[in-house]
Formats: sequence, structure tokens, C-alpha cells
Amino acid sequence: MKTSTRVLSVLFSDRASLGFFGLLAAVAIVVPVLNLAVPASSPLHLSSYVVGLLGKYLCYAILATAVDLVWGFCGILSLGHAVFFALGGYAMGMYLMRQIGTRGVYGHPVLPDFMVFLNWDALPWFWYGFDRFWFALVMVALVPAALAFVFGWLAFRSRVTGVYLSIMTQALSYALMLAFFRNDMGFGGNNGFTDFKELLGFDLQSDGTRSALLVSTVVALAVTVGACRLIVASRAGRVIRSIRDAESRTRFLGYRVESYKLWLFVFSAVLAGVAGALYVPQVGIINPSEFEPINSIEVVIWVAVGGRGTLYGAVAGAVLVNYAKTYFTGALPEFWLYALGAIFVGVTLFLPRGLAGLVPAGSRVE
Amino acid sequence: MTPPTPPPHEGRATRDALRDMREAAAQRKPSVLLGKVLYLDKLTVSFDGFKALDDLTLYVDPGELLCIIGPNGAGKTTMMDVVTGKTRPDAGTAFFGTDIDLLMLTEPEIVEAGIGRKFQKPTVFEFLSVFENLELALTDDKSFWHTLVTDLTPAQRQRVDEVLEIIGLEAKRAATAGGLAHGQKQWLEIGMLLMQKPELLLVDEPVAGMTPQETERTGELLLSLAGTHSVVVVEHDMDFVRSIARRVSVLHEGRVIAEGDLDTVQNDQQVVEVYLGS
Amino acid sequence: MDDDTFRGIVAELGDANFREKEAIAERLLESGHPGVRDVLTALMDGRVFIGGQSAVAFVVESTAEELAEFTLLDPANQRVLGTSQPSELSRVVTNNQLRRFLRTVVPRFSLASPDAEVRLEAVQQIMRALDATAIELLRARVGLEDDERVLYEIDTALALSMLDEGNSRQRLSAVNTLSDRLHPEVYNRLSVLVGQAEDGSFVEPDADVRRAADEALGGIELARAFYYVLETAFFGLSLGSVLALVAIGLTITFGVMGVINMAHGELMMLGAYTTYVVQLLMPGHLDLSVLVAIPAAFLVAGSAGVLIERTIIRFLYGRPLETLLATFGVSLILQQLVRTVFSPNNRPVVTPTWMSGSLQINEAFSLTYNRMYIVLISLVVFGVLLVVFKHTRIGLDIRAVSQNRLMARAMGVRSEWVDAMTFGLGSGIAGVAGVALSQLTNVGPNLGQSYIIDSFMVVVFGGVGNIWGTLIGGMSIGVVNKVLEPFAGAVLAKILVLVAVILFIQRRPRGLFPQTGRAAEDV
Repeated sequence: MKTSTRVLSVLFSDRASLGFFGLLAAVAIVVPVLNLAVPASSPLHLSSYVVGLLGKYLCYAILATAVDLVWGFCGILSLGHAVFFALGGYAMGMYLMRQIGTRGVYGHPVLPDFMVFLNWDALPWFWYGFDRFWFALVMVALVPAALAFVFGWLAFRSRVTGVYLSIMTQALSYALMLAFFRNDMGFGGNNGFTDFKELLGFDLQSDGTRSALLVSTVVALAVTVGACRLIVASRAGRVIRSIRDAESRTRFLGYRVESYKLWLFVFSAVLAGVAGALYVPQVGIINPSEFEPINSIEVVIWVAVGGRGTLYGAVAGAVLVNYAKTYFTGALPEFWLYALGAIFVGVTLFLPRGLAGLVPAGSRVE
Repeated sequence: MTPPTPPPHEGRATRDALRDMREAAAQRKPSVLLGKVLYLDKLTVSFDGFKALDDLTLYVDPGELLCIIGPNGAGKTTMMDVVTGKTRPDAGTAFFGTDIDLLMLTEPEIVEAGIGRKFQKPTVFEFLSVFENLELALTDDKSFWHTLVTDLTPAQRQRVDEVLEIIGLEAKRAATAGGLAHGQKQWLEIGMLLMQKPELLLVDEPVAGMTPQETERTGELLLSLAGTHSVVVVEHDMDFVRSIARRVSVLHEGRVIAEGDLDTVQNDQQVVEVYLGS
Repeated sequence: MDDDTFRGIVAELGDANFREKEAIAERLLESGHPGVRDVLTALMDGRVFIGGQSAVAFVVESTAEELAEFTLLDPANQRVLGTSQPSELSRVVTNNQLRRFLRTVVPRFSLASPDAEVRLEAVQQIMRALDATAIELLRARVGLEDDERVLYEIDTALALSMLDEGNSRQRLSAVNTLSDRLHPEVYNRLSVLVGQAEDGSFVEPDADVRRAADEALGGIELARAFYYVLETAFFGLSLGSVLALVAIGLTITFGVMGVINMAHGELMMLGAYTTYVVQLLMPGHLDLSVLVAIPAAFLVAGSAGVLIERTIIRFLYGRPLETLLATFGVSLILQQLVRTVFSPNNRPVVTPTWMSGSLQINEAFSLTYNRMYIVLISLVVFGVLLVVFKHTRIGLDIRAVSQNRLMARAMGVRSEWVDAMTFGLGSGIAGVAGVALSQLTNVGPNLGQSYIIDSFMVVVFGGVGNIWGTLIGGMSIGVVNKVLEPFAGAVLAKILVLVAVILFIQRRPRGLFPQTGRAAEDV
């Protein structure tokens, strides 16, 4: 059991980690209790809206962790992670659409409403299998992984790095956004998927399902952060950081930098896909606007705010910035883009290491 | 950003020959038929019409310490770039031993074949510790999956400790490399080369910016390495070259203009004109 | 008919229903009064109004939205009668059927116009709806007409009419006449001629005529295909010059300073809004406005660029990824700024008359003036840039700094000043591109976003920091896009081009014209 001891020692060796995983555990227990068991009249009651919001933030936190893994630790500034997030979301959305069955507006037993509306008479081949949950789960990971593999293989092999790579990832997300806006792609065009009914037989509108989804998200976030920590603390993790700091030097040491970047990129894409898959049933809709280049860039700024190269920082950044977004778009909608723009400029100029840079050096962890 | 590496010149050898060579490279056994570790023949490299190397021919004997001197722009760095696979020549051949054609290998393959290079500027990984720097340079399976799931074996730890001793940085093993003194960084980098047990060491201006004590220590280190390794040193500092050199080659405008022991070279009329005279 | 009777009949339009209006129009036509043409034209354009206590009919000079008062004209002689608030008048409305009727009859008046252009257009209009009266009019015109182009059109129209009326010999000669005419009407008419009716019988009974029509169609198709290629090339080049114009500022800042300016699109947006403001400031001189807007936009966007460089970018040199993020922040702020200052909606920018319309080469091929001028603007900008870079002191300084910053500083070049000027230059050109875009697309807060990714592709494709590369890269991407569009559709064509550029980067990671030598490796 040597390996498991090592894993545990990496994950829980310091106070920050204990605090982080403890906090997640507390959220997973306390929030459902406050929502389900405490009566609505009590001041301690948490509304389902808050539960959904929290779930959304934590999905974003998974996405931010995925971006931090490649950017903060390996120097790959991906402006296309929203693509992997959206692809995971679409895979889950396809499952949820197939679960609607005859309860759709047109009541067709197999075809989703938008296909009936487009006068399609059969399910396109790429929709086969999505009526099974396990198949959808496999696709949630596989589709982003495949795209990341193909793109990464092409880009890293020919040593497209730095801003070139960033621009390419941005072009990729733009191209996919245009593609998903098309009706004949077979993904609902403009409107995407919505009006989901149930997941594994559980009503998506019920409080119980919502809490269960939140708990699943918390578990996924814990697993994500844990896995990333293990990677970062391994020998491969040191190679990855050396790639970030001096890529060609690492290559001269005989490491196949391309392959490190590729596998890290693919893993990160899978994490983003999982985040998207958890996101869709909680917000109840997925459409092509998720592919918008600005979404990918926003993720980067969450990571920058929290502190890149620190996994907990990425999580904190995602939650904080999104909380600010919720607040501003509610209270001062005009002001939000100014604030977001100012965050971009301010963080890069004055807080290059993010909020994590404010934590005293002694107590900092990766 | 690094420039692209053009694909190897597949046309020059059949695929089978290439595979055999790669295997030989992986086993790190250059056959030393003609008694040369490195043999560069008629290399030419031009950038936008400027000839950085012009018909350069040069060899290195096993276990020798060769010093290469020459004014700026003589082609020293380009020569190293060609040997390590960073730059591909327009013409000429470069053999490691007799059977490893360096022009057909990628940069990591050349490293695996047993050629290590120390850059002019110290390029250690500043954010990693001294120990981790050496660990990175360890000769081992360097694939992602291997490094992801394995820890260092006791033998590998011992190897790191040995090198730490050779370069005299045992006391600094846990220190961050970024915090080392300039000379220590240079030694650490030489240590990183040694971790790869290279046949041939290319060392670019090792004592630039060093204190006299550091310079002396570096000279001892390089001399101790010669014999078990072949070492090529590119250096400007004449006193330093005098203190370590056995054989010296003088480069000028991309070609070798003089060769021999230091005294011979220093008395060569052409050398005096282009280099020493100034 | 005297003027008062004429005015009276026109005034009857006020209470008439659509069918009665058509009857009134016919009565006016029969009257032969000299004012008929102007009144019917005005009726077609919706410029006939009824006003005043006695329900008098007026023709209104212009109904442009920005006018506070309408200028009223006498329907009988077009003399100015005075002005009136639009709210005090009621418009004589028309429906589709009435307008179609008017469109067929109004051009007939133009046949006698002293202006050959007007006559030409009239014949082309008439050709679209040939009836017995129209043919009669055209036949009468043949003897009087002295302009060759007009005669050519009349010839075409009469030949078309002969296909229906003539005997088989006349039909054959008509087909022969039509065999080199590229009018869509000719093509459609001949296509019908060689086909079969629903009962399986041939539309054209005579086999010789059918064979001739078949051959004529073949020739016309070939000619149309040829002009189609020309047209695609023109569309491609005009799109390409827009892309190149948009990308050139970007490649300058990227190449010289290693800075990715994500706010480049918003600087173009500033240029487009500058055009809008210039037009607001000089409403009487719309034709001049674009010419004034070009230097104005250069200054506005250029100063904004210098400001961004001095306050943000200069602290981030050597950190390209951070620069990318910071300038993205700037782009968000600029977008929101125009939403706050102007409006979240698109702003109307008027196209000056000299930029609207098109140059008609023949029936199958015409070049729109606005696209031609934009190609011209791009070429002028490129020419000016080449001169600036090759033959001015600042150009020399910029090239020196881009090739070796340290050395340039050692030679006494104030690299900080050069950076600011370079960024200002790149941004100013973005502003000029914005003026050009204001003539092509909607001027709104999202204008920059829609072009920025394309322009990045041009930069990456052409090679960073290379003016020629940008020009050729932009043109290639533009032409490929337009060639693919008919087969793949606009969106898919765009996707294919993006994918192609991504694949291209595999072969040439530094673009078509890479920077070479030692300096390039430090970027």
C-alpha cells in the first residue's frame, strides 16, 4: 500500500489542503441540509436558487482548475477551454434531450423537438447511444479528449507556442461556435438544448435532485483538484513546470516536451468536459453561446485573479469572480463589463501572481 | 519561441538505416572506428545569405578536451546548434562516432545518443531546487507516463548525490536554483549534463562573469571530466584557455583557420591578425 | 388638360382605394400633361401627400427621416409652394400591385429623356415587363435613338418580343441576335424555349430554332461562368483587402513590439464611430464626410493607442500572454464605453453618393463602388506604410527596434518613444480600417469582435511583422473564402478557412514570410 500512502501524503500533508477538502466536505453536507431539511420559513434556509448558483460556481471552479493545470503549470495559455466545457455540456445535453421522450412539445418518441421542427425523419447517427447514461458519460470525456488530442497533436508537434497557440485555440473556439450555430449540424442550432425533464429518472426541477447534483459537483471538484495535485507533485509535474519556465532547455534534457504538453492538455480538456456535463443539468440549458471566445478568456481571468500555478487559487478565483458577476449583473448591469475589463488590466499590472500572491510565502502551497 | 525543426532528411538513407541508427543512438554506443567522437565535415549554414558556417571541418578525439576560440560571429554557437540538432546545415555532414548521423536525429534523440550541451547563459530551472534540477537531467525513461507514476529509485538518488559531490553543491541540495551564485549555477548546469552520462560535452563560455576563484574551480572541474568524457569548450578568456587547453581550434568566419596546441595557434600569423592581434 | 384639372385629378388620389388609384393613374397617363411623369414617380416613391383644409395634393421633395419639415411642390409644374410639418400631411399610400403597375409605366416617360443614362435605365426597366404598348413605344424609339447602348438594349428587348410574336424565321434571327446577350431575362427566356411544356410537347415547335437556342444558351453559360469567376475574384479581393487593412495594424504592433493587441478590434470600432460623429458634425457635406473621417479616425484611434501603450502595455513588455489579457480587458472597457456614450444599438452611417452604386461592366458583371474604394483605401494605406517604413526616420527607427532593441538603444534610438509611435501607428491604421468597415457593415459595439479573429488568422498566415505577408495573406484568405462560399455557404466557408490556417501553421509555424535570423528567436 505504498502508493496509497504516498497519494495521501501528497493530498493531505499541509493545512491548506486539509482546509480545502474540509470546506468542500462541509459544503456537500451543510448546503443540502439547509436546503432540504430546514423549513423555508427559517432564516437558515437556503433557497434552491442559491443551491443552483453554488453548483454553477463549482462547475466553473473545475473548469478554472483545468485551465490552471495547463496555463499555470505548463505555460499553455488556452483560449479555447470553453470549447471542451461546451462539448461536455452538449454530450450531457444530448442524453437529457433523449430522456424527454414523448413529453416534448411535438411528443415524438425518439426525435427531439428541434428535429421534428426541422422536418427530420430520423435520428442522425451521432445521436445514437445517447439514450444511455453510461454512453453519454463516456462521450463527456471522450469528445473533448479527442478534439484536444487532435488539436494538441497538430499544434505541439509543430511547436506552435506562446501567443500563437493562444490565437489558434481562440480560432478553434470561434470556428466551433459558428458550426454549432448552424441548424444542419444537428445540435439544435441557435437555441441549443433546453426544457430538460429528468436525469436517471430523477426530476431535474426537484430540490432533491438539485442537491444531489451539487454534491456530485463537489465530489468532482475534489477529485479534480486531488488529481491535479498528484500530477503536479509527481516527477512529471516537475518536468511540466520546467517546460513552463524553459521549454527548449527541457527539450535538451531529452524530454519529449510535445508529449507532456499533449497529455496534460488532453487531461485538462477532459476535466473541462466533466465540468460542462455537470453544469448543463444545473442551469437547464446549453447553446452555442457557450463556445464564445470571451467565455474562454473569462476562465483565464478567474485563474489569474486567484493566482495561476496554485490550484486552490484557481478555485477561489472562479468562485469570487463569478460571485462578483452575479452581484454586478443584478445590481449594476451597465457596470459589469467595466469591472471585468478593470480586473483584466488590474490583475495583470498589479497582481501578477493573483490573490495567492498576497498569501505570505511561508504558508503557500502549490 | 523556438524555430521549427525541419523533418530529418529522409532521402539520405533508407528507413531501415535510419532505424538502426536510432537504435544505436538509443544504446549510446557510438562506434569509434576512426578514433573520433565527433566528426564534422564541410558544414555550411547560411542565414539570409550570411554564411554562419562556411565549409567547416572539425573533429574531436575520445576523452580529449578541445578548446574552440574565435571572435564574435565566427560560427561557434552555430556549430554547437548544428551538433545538437537545433539548426540544420545547408550542406555537409556531422557524425557522432562513425555510425550516428546527427543530421537525421531530433534534439532529444541527440541528447539520448550522448551529447550534452551547456549554454552560454546559465539556464537552470530557477523555480526548482538543486536536487530537482539534477533529477530532471537524470538518464531514465523520460516519457510522460513513466515520470507520472514512478518515484526515484535508491540508485537514482545515489547518482544525484554523486554528481552533487562532483560539482560541490552537496550543501545546497534543497536550495532553489534561482538563489544560487552565478558560478554555482554554472556548476549545477554542468552537473545536469553529467547526470546524462554524456559521451561528449559541449560547454559554451563556462567562465564568463565568474570570479577568479570560481574560474579556477571550473577549470579543475572540466579537467577532471576529460578522459572519461570528451569535452569541447568554447571560450573567450585566454588565461582560462591556457590553464586547461591541450588542443585549440580557432574559428573565423565560419571555418577553422588554425589548430594545434595553444602556443602554435598563438604564433599563427592569420590568427594574430583576426583575433589575438586586436 | 389645364393645370387645375390636372391638380384636381391628382387630389382625387386622397380618397381613392387601390383599384381607383390605378384608374386615376391611367387617366393621368392619358391626359398627356407634362407633369404626369413627376407625379407618378413621386407616387411610386411615396412622396405624394394630401394636406390643408381643402385637401390639396402636393409632391414632397424628399421624405428623408432627419428632415424636420417637408418641402412642398406643385404637382403640375414642380414649383416650390412652401414647407410643412410632416404631421400635418397625409401620405397617399400604395400597395404592391399599384407599385408594380407604376414601375412598368413610369420608365416609358424616361424613354424621351435627353439624358442617355436615363433612357438606358428606362429600356432596361421596360424589358422586365414587356407588353404590346411597351413594344410599340420601343419600336417608335428605334428611329429616334442615337445612343448605341440604348439601341443595343432596345434591340435586345425587341428580339425578346419577337420570340413570342414572330414566325419561325424571325424567331431564329431573334435567337441569333440574343446569343451574345447576358441579360438574365434572355437566359431565362431561352431556357424556357428549349424546354418542354407540361404535356410533353416542345415549347418551341421549330427544331432549328431550338437548336440555335441551345447553342446560344451554351455560349451565354460560358460567358456567365467567365464573369462569375471575375466576380468571385473581385469579391475575394475586396474581402481580402478589408482583412489585410484590418490586420496590418496588428502585424505592425506584433512584429515590432511582440505585443498581441486584443483591443485592436475596438480601435477599429472607434474609427467607425468617428465616421458617425463626423457625419453628425457636418450634415450638409455627407460626400466629404468619409474623406474627413479617415484622418480623424486615424487621430482618434491613434491617440487611444498611444494612451493604452503609455498606461498599460509598456509595463508588460516581454510578457506577451499578460499583454494579451490586459488588452482584452481594455477591449471590454471600450465596448462598454461606446454603449454608454452612444447606445447599445447600431448607429446609422450614411454612404456618400460617390461610394454607392456600382460600375456596370455588362449584364452579368458589375463592381460596387464602395468595395472598389475600399480596395483602393487598402492599397493606399499599404503604399503609405511602405514609404514610411523605407524612407522616413521613424520608419528606420521602428525597423531598428524591431530587429535589435538593445542595439537600437545603444545607437541613440529612443525605444520608448518608438514603441509609443509604433503602437499609435498600428492603432491609427485600425481607425482607418474602421472607417472602411463603417461603409460595409453595421456600426455597433460588436463591430471589432467580428473581425478580430479573422485578422489574427491573416497575421499568423502571412507571417508576423511582414507588411507584404499581411497583404498577400489577407488577399489569399479573402479569395479562398469567396471561392468556397457558393459551395459551402458563408459559415462553413469561414470554418474551412480557419481549419486550413490551423493546418497551414503545421507546415509553416511562422507564416508565409517568417522573420529569420537570430533576432526572430527571441520573440
